[in-house]
Amino acid sequence: MVEFLMPSLGADMEAGTLVEWLVKPGDRVKRGNIVAVVETQKGAIEIETFQAGQIENLLVDVNSKVPVGTPLALIRTEGEEGAAVAAPAPPVPTPVPVPTAPPTIAALSRPPAPPQKPIGAAMPPPLAPAVVRRLPASPAARRLAAERGIDLSIITGSGPGGAIVYVDVERQFGAAPPPAEKRRAGWLDLAAMRTAIAAAMARSKRDIPHYYLEHQIDVTPCENWLAEKNAALPPDSRLLIGALALKAVALAIHRFPAFNGFYLDNKFEPSKAVNVGVAIAIRGGGLAAPALHDADQMSLHDLMSGMRDLVQRTRSGRIRSSEMSDPTITVSSLGERGVEALYGIIYPPQVAIVGFGKVVTRPWIVDGAIGPRSVVTMTLAGDHRVTDGHAGALFLAEIGKFLQEPEKL
Amino acid sequence: MTEIEIRKAMQDELGEIVKQELNNIAPEVDLATVDPAADLREAVDIDSMDFLNLVTALHHRTGIDIPETDYPKLVTVSGIVAYLGAKLQSAKA
Repeated sequence: MVEFLMPSLGADMEAGTLVEWLVKPGDRVKRGNIVAVVETQKGAIEIETFQAGQIENLLVDVNSKVPVGTPLALIRTEGEEGAAVAAPAPPVPTPVPVPTAPPTIAALSRPPAPPQKPIGAAMPPPLAPAVVRRLPASPAARRLAAERGIDLSIITGSGPGGAIVYVDVERQFGAAPPPAEKRRAGWLDLAAMRTAIAAAMARSKRDIPHYYLEHQIDVTPCENWLAEKNAALPPDSRLLIGALALKAVALAIHRFPAFNGFYLDNKFEPSKAVNVGVAIAIRGGGLAAPALHDADQMSLHDLMSGMRDLVQRTRSGRIRSSEMSDPTITVSSLGERGVEALYGIIYPPQVAIVGFGKVVTRPWIVDGAIGPRSVVTMTLAGDHRVTDGHAGALFLAEIGKFLQEPEKL
Repeated sequence: MTEIEIRKAMQDELGEIVKQELNNIAPEVDLATVDPAADLREAVDIDSMDFLNLVTALHHRTGIDIPETDYPKLVTVSGIVAYLGAKLQSAKA
């Protein structure tokens, strides 16, 4: 038997509220299945299981707030006998960043099961009828329905696969659209998000000795290559220069693994997987950096689709737990409306963040002659506990080299 | 309907489509307050990903092919409406 725990979805998370179960006792789950929805400061996050098996029982009621590490459910793994005694099994097998520096938080991160919910309790908690039916509905729709005491089962969904979306709930009850201030970022709580950003960034500036480097590169080859490539593609399939930048960073990590991983318990743990966090600005003033998993292994086309999907889901508040918890390095691009350079703050427990400023036209010397070229300023913030400026400079230069030959990305 | 009336009706419909799709991208912006001649990147805080999503949506709604080389014509609401209108006209002719 394996305990399914309240995961840590970022260094700053101490507790989460279970807002919905998507499984019930007896259900079979596969690795990667979404089993619950948890409300955090970053919004509602869909929680996946890393363990295949059968749900034995649910230990936490809907709408309960519990600390990170609290067992939420028991999963009977494949091949376990029915009479098997529950043994404390390893929780989530992937490295989950856990706050380490402040001892109080570290103590909070692995609390015992709440006494009122003993593991042996076989009784599944009472579930609301709507939850048991597991109607496909977006978190925003569920939230609105819950706020207004509406039964989702009487609503016809207009979303993908008949899923109930926010507007369906609104339409059903002739509700006036919420004021513009509330609609700003859909259902995301921007004030809570700001608190989470503040906690993570303050911790980063306190604990991580940052060093900063910058490097200007000519991205005219990228622009020319993209123009040619995109001319033959419909808008859905077109690539943005941001996808090339992301891939270049992911590939450069192969030679410079010391920038990819977590700094935990006073030592650096490099990560084999290259899960690049994509810094995404939320309209109305918010920021999240969920991961694109194995970005180094993806084709540019898949990387671009992945980025579009991630941006869209982040802005509408449908990020998955693994995307929140395991970026191994972050990339932040200002895009065409920004300024020329940004100096990032590392998201703990990561050890590096790479920034890309906006593309500008500058006089540049190519083959001994001055001409107008498209130029980008790349920056690196590195963790001095792990690397030095020398390695950082080589890493940045390597990224720049990849961007000179976009056809090889 | 006269030719002018038809053209007017088409412009109105295209304007409505552009506003709907912009509203999907930037729901917090009151498009009634946006100058049709204003640069959308400034007025509605559209980034390159938003813009690509807008072009994709307009392509799906109207069937009009919008190559990247035409992006400079799509900077304002009135520019987008004029561009799509001209494309529809030339497709009919």
